[in-house]
Amino acid sequence: MAEFLNFFLEPLNYTFIQRGMMALILVGGVSAVIGCFVVVRGMAFFGDALAHTILPGVALSYTFSGGNVGSNLFIGGLGAGIVSALIIAFLTRRDRLKEDTAIAIVFVTMFALGIAIISTRGSYSVDLTHILFGSINGISQDDLVVMAVLAFVVLLVLTLLYKEFVIISFDLSLAYALKLPVELLRITLLILIAVIIVASLQAVGISLMLALLITPAATARLLVNRLKTMIVIAAVIGILSGIAGFYISYYMNIPSGASIVLTMSSIFAVVFIFRSLLRSRPVNDNMMVTEN
Amino acid sequence: MFQFKHKHKRETMNPDEPALDVHRLAAGYPGDAHAIHDISFTVQAAERVAIIGPNGAGKSTLFKAIVGLLPFTMGHISIYGVDCRHSHSYVGYVPQHEAVDWSFPLSVYDVVMMGRTRHIGWFGWAGQQDHARVNSLLEELNLSHLANRQIGELSGGQKRRVFIARALAQDTRVLLMDEPFTGVDTVAEQDIVATLDVLAEKGISILLATHDMQKAAQDFDKVMLLRKELLAFGKPEQVMTPDILTKAYGGSLRVFNQGQETVMIVDEHGSGD
Repeated sequence: MAEFLNFFLEPLNYTFIQRGMMALILVGGVSAVIGCFVVVRGMAFFGDALAHTILPGVALSYTFSGGNVGSNLFIGGLGAGIVSALIIAFLTRRDRLKEDTAIAIVFVTMFALGIAIISTRGSYSVDLTHILFGSINGISQDDLVVMAVLAFVVLLVLTLLYKEFVIISFDLSLAYALKLPVELLRITLLILIAVIIVASLQAVGISLMLALLITPAATARLLVNRLKTMIVIAAVIGILSGIAGFYISYYMNIPSGASIVLTMSSIFAVVFIFRSLLRSRPVNDNMMVTEN
Repeated sequence: MFQFKHKHKRETMNPDEPALDVHRLAAGYPGDAHAIHDISFTVQAAERVAIIGPNGAGKSTLFKAIVGLLPFTMGHISIYGVDCRHSHSYVGYVPQHEAVDWSFPLSVYDVVMMGRTRHIGWFGWAGQQDHARVNSLLEELNLSHLANRQIGELSGGQKRRVFIARALAQDTRVLLMDEPFTGVDTVAEQDIVATLDVLAEKGISILLATHDMQKAAQDFDKVMLLRKELLAFGKPEQVMTPDILTKAYGGSLRVFNQGQETVMIVDEHGSGD
């Protein structure tokens, strides 16, 4: 028993490791919540692109601070993320450009710009690795506070505007009939996604961010049919994956980003297979049910 | 407790004004700014209007302009005398079946509750009043036993009723239904027509786009014939004559005389507009 407990407690002897675990739990849970909107709106590509577009902002902060991966990255990342979200929103207004085309162009341009900025530094490949895959051991007390504040703000806005976000996601005709400020709400949602991506940057890095948004939400969607319960289940999956990913990372000595993502994917695979075997209650195939 | 109402002028409706007054309306899309033009008509309280016309005639465009989904380039729309630029919430809209994402994780209850958005106001969550209203509407439209069903798991008739219930939750005075009879069986058709009766009792005016000429003639007070502009508007027997219908359908209209009865068949290939 003592040994069993020790397995879980031993890593927590160091405060920097405690902070890393808390960071993973935090970003795992909150990304999953906003990820539910990303999944039901079919914005997976946007989520991936947005994560990559923050690179130039992060690179600038990084270069100016002399190669320091810390809370300074939030400001640059957030700036680049919001600018990218606004550019994409602007390009796709009133269907001027197909959304995936606009996203792709902004995505690659910003990412290339980021690589160009980082390459001006000598330690190019090490720096890029930190940003792309995260560096959880470098999270300071201040970073954790910033992450917690960002997460809190996102959850608060999401709670306050929940019903409006659902309407613009499900039925634009109702949104317009009710005279909701559709464009403003859409941009707000995009910015919330950008904020969460930046908050998660240190823990998992840019390249694996998409999994935190999509996988727990997609898993939850397989299990339930209602957005509210889907959000709760996705958050639980995100948090559990954060914890499991942390221990796997510690004991197997693999990067935390990779371990949390592999945990999420494993949960998804189990749920998917489980559901396929139990086809008794189809989640949704627009099936017809007998009239009353 | 602060209450943030959605910003809109809820001007008082004047019961003496027509339920819906559309005056010289033109609307369209970038590239075709006048997809429909010069549309003027009025609809009275509790009146049922069927809108017919060939594919691409602008039935959906007209609806989108009235509901506020499409900014109209010219003209004026008012509901009981209130300008539609700030009173679209009096308009309920039942979209075409394929325009809705039926896999969206929402229950029947959730969708009907959406109609309460403006009553709840900004930053708020549904209160006791809203829940009571939604429950009574579900009961009225015979949907109570389906309240927790995901919307994709419903039959065609039930799906339409959910959106009608949502419009009622919205306190709609004018209801627009875009081709509700398309893709449903006869049972569901009867179901929808029966629901229209419930709406008429409440004094709600209905505009319903359809390809079903027979339904238009049988179950509606008036018929509107649309093809880019308003070709005819009046009682079914006034509008549905071979001469007038030919103006809209041209060569695809076939007229047969069978003794006392005239049979008209529209032979139209292609998808909806």
